[in-house]
Amino acid sequence: MDQVLELRAISKQFPNHRAVDSLSLTLRRGGFYSLLGPSGCGKTTTLRIVGGFEQPTSGEVLLNGAVVNHLKPWRRDVCTVFQNYALFPHLTALQNVEFGLKERRIPHPQSKALKALEMVQLESKRDSFPAQLSGGEKQRVALARSLVLEPQLLLLDEPLAALDPGLRKKMRAELKAMQRHTGITFLFVTHDQEEALSLSDKLAVMNHGRIEQFGTAEDVYLRPATPFVAGFLGALNWFGEAGIRPESTRVSRTQPDGPSLPATVESLLFLGNCVHLNARLEDGTRAIAEIPRGNEFAEGERVHIHWHAEDEIRFQ
Amino acid sequence: MNLRRLCLLPARVWTALFIAAPLAIVCAYSLLTRGDYGGVEQPWTLENFTRLADPLYLAILWRSLVIATLSTALCALLGFPLALFIARAGRHKNLLLQLLLLPFWTSFLVRTYAWLFILRDTGLINTILHTHLQLLYNDGAVLLGLVYNFLPFFVLPMYATLEKLDPALLEAAADLGAKPFATLWRVIIPISAPGIAAGSVLVFIPCLGAYLTPDLLGGGKTVMLGNLVQNQFTTARDWPFGSAASLLLMLASALLLAALMRSRAAKELM
Amino acid sequence: MKPLKLYAALALAFLHAPLLVLIAFSFNAGRFTVWEGFSLHWYQAAFADTQLAEGLINSLIIAIVAAPLSTVIGTLAAYGMWRRQAPVLAGTLYLSLVTPEIVTGVSLLALFQWLFRFLRLPLGLHTVIVAHVAFSIAYVAIVISARLRDYDRALEEAAMDLGASGWRAFTRVTLPVIAPAIAAAALLSLVVSFDDYVITSLVAGVDSETLPMVIYAMARRGVSPIVNAVSALIVVAFGVLILISQRLREK
Repeated sequence: MDQVLELRAISKQFPNHRAVDSLSLTLRRGGFYSLLGPSGCGKTTTLRIVGGFEQPTSGEVLLNGAVVNHLKPWRRDVCTVFQNYALFPHLTALQNVEFGLKERRIPHPQSKALKALEMVQLESKRDSFPAQLSGGEKQRVALARSLVLEPQLLLLDEPLAALDPGLRKKMRAELKAMQRHTGITFLFVTHDQEEALSLSDKLAVMNHGRIEQFGTAEDVYLRPATPFVAGFLGALNWFGEAGIRPESTRVSRTQPDGPSLPATVESLLFLGNCVHLNARLEDGTRAIAEIPRGNEFAEGERVHIHWHAEDEIRFQ
Repeated sequence: MNLRRLCLLPARVWTALFIAAPLAIVCAYSLLTRGDYGGVEQPWTLENFTRLADPLYLAILWRSLVIATLSTALCALLGFPLALFIARAGRHKNLLLQLLLLPFWTSFLVRTYAWLFILRDTGLINTILHTHLQLLYNDGAVLLGLVYNFLPFFVLPMYATLEKLDPALLEAAADLGAKPFATLWRVIIPISAPGIAAGSVLVFIPCLGAYLTPDLLGGGKTVMLGNLVQNQFTTARDWPFGSAASLLLMLASALLLAALMRSRAAKELM
Repeated sequence: MKPLKLYAALALAFLHAPLLVLIAFSFNAGRFTVWEGFSLHWYQAAFADTQLAEGLINSLIIAIVAAPLSTVIGTLAAYGMWRRQAPVLAGTLYLSLVTPEIVTGVSLLALFQWLFRFLRLPLGLHTVIVAHVAFSIAYVAIVISARLRDYDRALEEAAMDLGASGWRAFTRVTLPVIAPAIAAAALLSLVVSFDDYVITSLVAGVDSETLPMVIYAMARRGVSPIVNAVSALIVVAFGVLILISQRLREK
């Protein structure tokens, strides 16, 4: 079965708001998928519906082609890595990883659990309790605990949110490698667009309980389907009806060929790896251009803002 | 039946049988009549309640209200400074709280008996002072016993409120020229009023329904509502009337609690 | 010393003094409050008193049966209410907490008398046990509810996610994690049961006098140094139990 998960017109109605609104999604086996969106867009609710912790008000959840709406979490072949890891405090790392194996009566739980801990490089901490582990270590134990069960689908609820920024980048790479190595389908929920873009084979951008676009990173970034998607995935300059990303916005002193607009430099922000130039156009709107270091523009200088026509993002 | 219902079932059955049903029976009895041999029988009547309006019983109600009010006031006066001290005690807070609660955790009966030992006419005080003061078996002894037993009930919620008080407020007051007593009167007390109210209710209600303290320390001379109820159900064998008195007691408590729940003080207890 | 500090010291001394006096005079060789020398005489008398012994045994039996029962019922109730609110049960438990003891006692007496008429069920240890369980459930529920407020729901979800049914998630994960609170609640229930006088005296019947009832009778007859000795023992015993309970709650 090539399709590991199918959501058919899933809706979830809470007493005073509609968290998920007729959402449909299909995931193919072996991919790394993300649900990306701002707080309150329904991504976590959707994840919980797949995991079996919430029942959809309408619609169907299909795992490997079979409807599983009525199945309790412990009967679904889906595992979840929780945002705060939810490691059992009274059990050691090894015992945590063994937990699912024992519940499902899978033979040789200890050796399997040890192998899983080795996979996340934590075999030395097998007898440590969660309170003795760092944030990154806890996250890896939580991963091992789920992966050891070899589920059809692994759900991850903002697992990197609680980590320091430096650690987050490192863990991102490890997660990606883990997914490739095990071949298990991952569904990753996040509000961080950089994370989603860097990790996913395909991502779904959500807003107000609906998926606005489901596509590859390039698709959603360069060819956003809606203004929301365009704005959520990065900053955007609007020149009339054309939207241009800052990194595609160029600045020059002389008038170039192709579309351009005159502007005045308002300020320059040195960001380390590049410079953000804030410019004010003649009609009063503002634009940000991302330019390399070393270009000596001065505040108040008159310049030309230009771009390539193929970089334009337009909506009907 | 799902797991949650199953977990709730034993408690639901037990409380229905042994908390709700008994109270319902008391309500029913309050409307019935005393039988010749102390039982309960028809006719249905409101006489038990009208009997409560008799001056004799009104006096008991009045005495209960007065003693409960005085106990509460004393607990508040004595307890507030203590709570303030503990709230400011820094790292000694927990130790002080434990010290406060330690006597409280021993037997209520023993604590009340201790005052018997100290106050009676051959008790400790009279022995030390070589006097024959009648310190026991009066309203004052009851008051002392109640304040002694219920002081922690006031200090704890008061402490909880005072502990959350922002020190910056006190500094602002001082900065604006308030001397310590003025700060106390015009800043601390008004802000912690909900805690004062919460603690007061926690003292008032048990004091209103007190039985053991007036019984042992009041010696039958200080009859409060609790003693009346006990008496009607044992010696006097007038269960309908005792039931009516019980309901009166519960009504007074319920009214006070309802007033508390609506006020800001409720937040302090949550 | 700052006035507030002095006051606090005096107030705390006031709270402890009567008990210290009791304990001190339990070692008094004399009968009254004139110190006549150190003696363990009254302790010996206390241990030899058959009424006290019977009362103690009854109190222990009641506490040992009632405490585990109320702990189990109360813990399950708190858990059920934590999963999703149960307003009627919560209201009933709250009612039981604010009802004056005397009213709880007479209402149970009325119930038992009614049951006696129809089931020929007399008053005795069993009625006391039933009563103790009834009023202890609320205390246990409060302790466990407070603990569950800080308990991460995700732990049970994780257990279920990994293959444990709802019941196994409760027994294999939640129960072990909140075990210290359960122990503390059980101790609390034990202490509350052991100390109860008002309710017990109303529903105990003739042959099942508990320790508080014996002490009360002795105190009514007049001050007896034996009561001092017993009181001292109780103070120490309760103090130890409660300290253990607090240690457990802090875990």
